Amino acid sequence: MKRDWVAYPYMGWMLVFVTVPLVLLLYNSVIIDSGSGTVRFTLEHFGRVLEPMYLSVIWRSIMLALVSTVICLVLGYPMAMIIANSSLKTQYVLIILFIIPMWMNFLARTYAWMTLLEKTGLFSQFLRWLGLPVTGLLHTDFAVILGMVYNFLPFMIFPIYVVLRKMDKSLLEASRDLGATPLMTFRRVVFPLSLSGVLSGVTLVFMPAVTTFAIPQLLGGGHYTMIGNLIEQQYLRANDWGFGSALSIILIVIILLSMALIYKVDRKEDGGLMI
Amino acid sequence: MMAWLRRFYIWLIFFFLYAPILVLVLFSFNDSRSRSSWDGFTLHWYADLFANQQLMTALYNTIAIAIVSALVATVLGTVAAIGIQRMRGFKHSLTMNLTYLPILNPDIVTGISMMMFFIAVSIPRGMTSMMLAHITFCLPFVIIVVLPKLKQMDPLLYDAALDLGATPSKAYRSVIIPQILPSILVGFLLAFTMSVDDFVISFFVTGNGVNNLSIAIYTMAKRGISPSINAVMTLILVAVLIAVALVYYYVSHNKKITEKGWDI
Amino acid sequence: MKKRLIGLACLVVLLGAALLTGCDSDKTKLYVYNWGDYMDRSVIKQFEQENPDIKVVYEEFASNEDMYVKVTAGASNYDVAFPSDYMVRRLANEGLLHELNMDNIPNFQYIDSRFTDMGYDPGNRYSIPYTWGTVGIAYNTTMVDEPVDSWGILWDEKYEKNLFMYDSQRDSIAVALLYLGYSLNSTDEKELEEARDLLIAQRPLVSSYVGDEVRDLMAAQEAALAVVYNGDAMQMYDLNPDIEYVIPKEGSNIWFDCMVVPTTSQHKEEAERFIDFMCRPDIALQNTEWLCYPSPHTQVMEELDEEYRNNPTLYPDDEALARCEEFDDLSAVLPLYNRIWDEVKVGALEE
Repeated sequence: MKRDWVAYPYMGWMLVFVTVPLVLLLYNSVIIDSGSGTVRFTLEHFGRVLEPMYLSVIWRSIMLALVSTVICLVLGYPMAMIIANSSLKTQYVLIILFIIPMWMNFLARTYAWMTLLEKTGLFSQFLRWLGLPVTGLLHTDFAVILGMVYNFLPFMIFPIYVVLRKMDKSLLEASRDLGATPLMTFRRVVFPLSLSGVLSGVTLVFMPAVTTFAIPQLLGGGHYTMIGNLIEQQYLRANDWGFGSALSIILIVIILLSMALIYKVDRKEDGGLMI
Repeated sequence: MMAWLRRFYIWLIFFFLYAPILVLVLFSFNDSRSRSSWDGFTLHWYADLFANQQLMTALYNTIAIAIVSALVATVLGTVAAIGIQRMRGFKHSLTMNLTYLPILNPDIVTGISMMMFFIAVSIPRGMTSMMLAHITFCLPFVIIVVLPKLKQMDPLLYDAALDLGATPSKAYRSVIIPQILPSILVGFLLAFTMSVDDFVISFFVTGNGVNNLSIAIYTMAKRGISPSINAVMTLILVAVLIAVALVYYYVSHNKKITEKGWDI
Repeated sequence: MKKRLIGLACLVVLLGAALLTGCDSDKTKLYVYNWGDYMDRSVIKQFEQENPDIKVVYEEFASNEDMYVKVTAGASNYDVAFPSDYMVRRLANEGLLHELNMDNIPNFQYIDSRFTDMGYDPGNRYSIPYTWGTVGIAYNTTMVDEPVDSWGILWDEKYEKNLFMYDSQRDSIAVALLYLGYSLNSTDEKELEEARDLLIAQRPLVSSYVGDEVRDLMAAQEAALAVVYNGDAMQMYDLNPDIEYVIPKEGSNIWFDCMVVPTTSQHKEEAERFIDFMCRPDIALQNTEWLCYPSPHTQVMEELDEEYRNNPTLYPDDEALARCEEFDDLSAVLPLYNRIWDEVKVGALEE
């Protein structure tokens, strides 16, 4: 069984198109090219990342992503429970109904919210009709969070649903027979057992949320709301590859740290991403 | 009481998910640029859309890129999965890490690092660069779909085929491949979907006026109010609904799936 | 097995190649890189009809700086680009522009001599003017009661979340510099820092930093005030007659957008044919009527509708023009500009 050479073209491909670009990114983050062919090593770009101005953007990105993740969890968990407890046929229908919007272009969905949130948009009008003092919701943090929750909610629901569905129902009966209230059963049995699904969901929402740049660009109003926007600017406007690369490395570090944190909570050996 | 609450909650969430889409669908037939008033029914925006050469080219590009990159990724990925399955130890973990790397990497980082790479080695930006990038980010998804299926398979099947006189390639063609064909198909569809839906990576690696649908929509949305987007959105919705109906029909008429249930 | 795999791989590659080259493989592709919504597309169609050997690939950018990055990034092949005056100079200084062969552009004769041989490109070695215009304030008369004559109104708290700024560092920093009474070409670090502080202080009032969408947004009454180019103001007025445009008393920027052939071009002769086509009187007129922006073209000015020709928004009087200044190429202080703009957009001092 030594004929594994058939995987070599794939390995070669990935080395060239994944590893080499990442090495290039790393290289760019620690050099300064002064134009005349002289390249020197520097940590200047990372130094810049540590400036309060940029730290505040990083901080804001993490906070906005966290808030969105928590909202997704609060909204998504009950939904996952409802789906998991439905009849098999209803389960399919509900899941399909969640998948349909995901197959539509996510920018088009974000655009849908742009039109609803502007001053003359239906959503703003509706809130005004309710008597709320709303002028325009577009170009606010609220809009950005809404956009993220809207786009990423299914990523929270699916993994929790999968875990809940596979859960041994006799455990619930046992808990009830032992005199636990439904709330206690949920707290002591259901939730702990679904933790791996919750953690997968948190990962699947937090990761795209913290790295997105299209949602804050379209709904946030051209401020550098998040790291993604800052990175985009370095490449498409300021032409500062060094700083952009350093920011990207920081972004990778944030992702790795949060994943490490999440999987430390999830003590199970083969947590594995559920997609 | 609980049942009522449950039903209410389902409606609430689906209202949140679908209301924006339905509003756009509705306004794609509105005879006015404004979205605060209804001025009568029109198909004007659809005519506009089909006359919009930029959008039509973007649509063509999206489909061409998705087909080619999904095909290449499926072939390369399936073959690779067969190889990976035979790997042991260090080589195996190295390959698997290579596979997970792009999945865990944020899209924006993949996008910019590839952009820098294409510029550094002077690969023309546009169709070529987009195609290469799409194949790259589709490949791991094919592997993670096909590989588990290969591992699930009874290894004795292959040995049995050899014992019965098949050459290794014949054994693969007539025993292994038919067994994993459904997974290969799923891998292809997954790759196709990822490619069609991609925005961030395409946005950074493209150039020279080559756009896909995502980029075109992004530019239009950034530009502000354009009823043509409503029309695009409606057409996408119709396409998705047709696809879902087909899949649903297939699934509900396929005993094997209805009995076993399906995993996501 | 090996052979079969190789065969399959070849098939896939061939299929890909076929799909890629399936369209217009024998035509020369001419890559045109212009500002957003800055050309009547039917003009391009006509060019393609008259030149069946050429297929135009049209791409848009949002600011001079964006365009510069793309043109210089490498592995691009733009044939015609539309930078503004100071950017023409910068590109030319850096050796990024082809010298134009005027024998291929006979319609250059129609360009008004007021717009040729300018400081940014003496002798028009590299550029042909396309449009010109000013920067000013567009405001909705139903939402602003007071007379608008100063940049200062953009710092009036009455209009909190009710005004748009341009998402362009050069234009926005210029507005702040002018309001402070400095030159819009200031390179003085202290003056620029004052401008930065002013822009950061303005941040909470700004509804959004916008691009071309400002036109639709203003027409839809999404804000009372916006910093805009005069051509955009004219298009807003066409959509919503409540919009007026003013060049503030502190002065403003007068700019000239040009057509150039970057050295990335592999089809210089075709590019010049395109530029010449854009200067042809009938085409220039059609395009100007669509575009609204002021034209440097003598024939166009003769045939243009009175309504446009005498419109003070498009063609301000000499007194207003005298207040306007051109941008210089400030490459030397560019890092400072980038930094200031980052700080404004991040809102560093706000929190």
